Amino acid sequence: MKQCIYHIESNEPLTGTVYQMRLSGDTSAFSKPGQFLNIALDGLFLRRPISVCDYDERGVTILYKVVGKGTAQMAAMLPGQSLDVLTGLGNGYDIEKCGSGALLLGGGVGVPPLYGLCKALIKSGRQVRVVLGFNTKDEVFYEAQFRALGADVTVATADGSYGVKGFVTDALPQSYDYFFACGPEPMLKAVCKATKTSGQLSFEERMGCGFGACMGCSCKTLTGYKRICKEGPVLEKEEIRWES
Amino acid sequence: MGKLNVNLCGIELDNPIIPASGTFGFGYEFAELYDINCLGTFSFKGTTRQPRFGNPTPRIAECTAGMINAVGLQNPGVEQVIAEELPKLQKVFHKPVMANVSGFCVSDYAETCAMLDNQPQVGWLEVNVSCPNVHGGGMSFGVDPDAAAEVVRAVKAVTSKPVIVKLSPNVTDIVAIAKACEDAGADGISLINTLLGMRIDLRTRKPVIANKMGGFSGPAVFPVAVRMVYQVAHAVNIPVVGMGGVSSAEDVIEMMLAGATAVEIGTMNLIDPFACKKIIDDLPRVMEQYNISSLSDIIKGVG
Repeated sequence: MKQCIYHIESNEPLTGTVYQMRLSGDTSAFSKPGQFLNIALDGLFLRRPISVCDYDERGVTILYKVVGKGTAQMAAMLPGQSLDVLTGLGNGYDIEKCGSGALLLGGGVGVPPLYGLCKALIKSGRQVRVVLGFNTKDEVFYEAQFRALGADVTVATADGSYGVKGFVTDALPQSYDYFFACGPEPMLKAVCKATKTSGQLSFEERMGCGFGACMGCSCKTLTGYKRICKEGPVLEKEEIRWES
Repeated sequence: MGKLNVNLCGIELDNPIIPASGTFGFGYEFAELYDINCLGTFSFKGTTRQPRFGNPTPRIAECTAGMINAVGLQNPGVEQVIAEELPKLQKVFHKPVMANVSGFCVSDYAETCAMLDNQPQVGWLEVNVSCPNVHGGGMSFGVDPDAAAEVVRAVKAVTSKPVIVKLSPNVTDIVAIAKACEDAGADGISLINTLLGMRIDLRTRKPVIANKMGGFSGPAVFPVAVRMVYQVAHAVNIPVVGMGGVSSAEDVIEMMLAGATAVEIGTMNLIDPFACKKIIDDLPRVMEQYNISSLSDIIKGVG
């Protein structure tokens, strides 16, 4: 973890509610796709944890959905403004556990961290299939960006207005060696049921600190208690204990 | 340069800054960021006789200038704290540490404290009496002077280390409880624990926190804390550790003027992991600004 000041280079809407923000600054604390940062915002007490979509040595890209006061404040920010961020948080995805063919399953605002993951998997020579799930056509984002990386992309919409009608689990390919997922909890649960292979899933929880100090985001797993912010957000399919 | 050292129950602190229990874990997360030996000491994660997972999530709700938590004393239990956490802590922190202890019956407190009494790095036992008493209808030990005193007597009987009783502010007469603890042999009082609070999500019309209610903390509670520290410090003859919403060197001085010998910093650690270090670095400048040459001189200095 490292506390940094990031400068906003761009901040543009991708859909009616999802924005892409490009930030420049020290990214030395990031080591894996699927990690997150925690942003301090004026007048709001807690930081906002946001997953990293992509990063390089110059900065990070985040995609966020406007759902409340904090993200609304972020959407109104302009290039040149700066942000106080805690960087390099969470465990991230471990691509070494994946064989030669990976399946990536993203739902809604769970899609962003899969982009950096997809890039890393392709760079390592793996074949990547991506299934992106959204509610409706107007909410679809990043389809072209995943294609540009060289992934085989399928989009599913719940209302059938674009791509396959249904959820990501309705668009699973016949064969894959390993999967990675990020999305709302009901989707992750459905993914665990529908997939036949091992995989890694990224979870969300309300956080206090985001770096392991407050125990605000703990969950029970088959391998013990884990803090979503520290030992997570990525858990392995085999260790997840569904509450109901 | 002004003198920052204070004496807390017979143990000298280089400065009065103490990260509060539950906001600093066992120190490692912060030791990655800075040398935590700059702290006066710190109060480690509330430890119970048995391991606890705590409450279901969500455990956290944001508020104006603060937050509510209902973690529910998640901790690995005293045996694992002694076997695993304290040996690791020794590597990154070389001062006496404050052991924070909770219990759900009097014997829980006594057994946990007896085990921690054998640990050389433990300087003080900070006994949190805000937990519900399972043998007392679930009412908190800390709301009843007799129940609080019973815990203090049981703990004092098993330890030679200074016992600091951490009081809940959710009471009608904080002074009566503090005095009962002093009479029962407490070596110090720390306050305030969190204020009971609640938030409701307008969309779902349900409480934000799974446990419905939780402890409210952060800068918003600072005036309540100053008031209670003032009341208690002027009623007892044992040291008082002040906490509740402290977020700056100025707040530390205000808390000490109210009557605190040392000052715990809690919630601010969660939103600024460098908060305690910044306050320690800032103290000499703020002391100079207010003509303070030694912090120990200003304790209970309010006119």
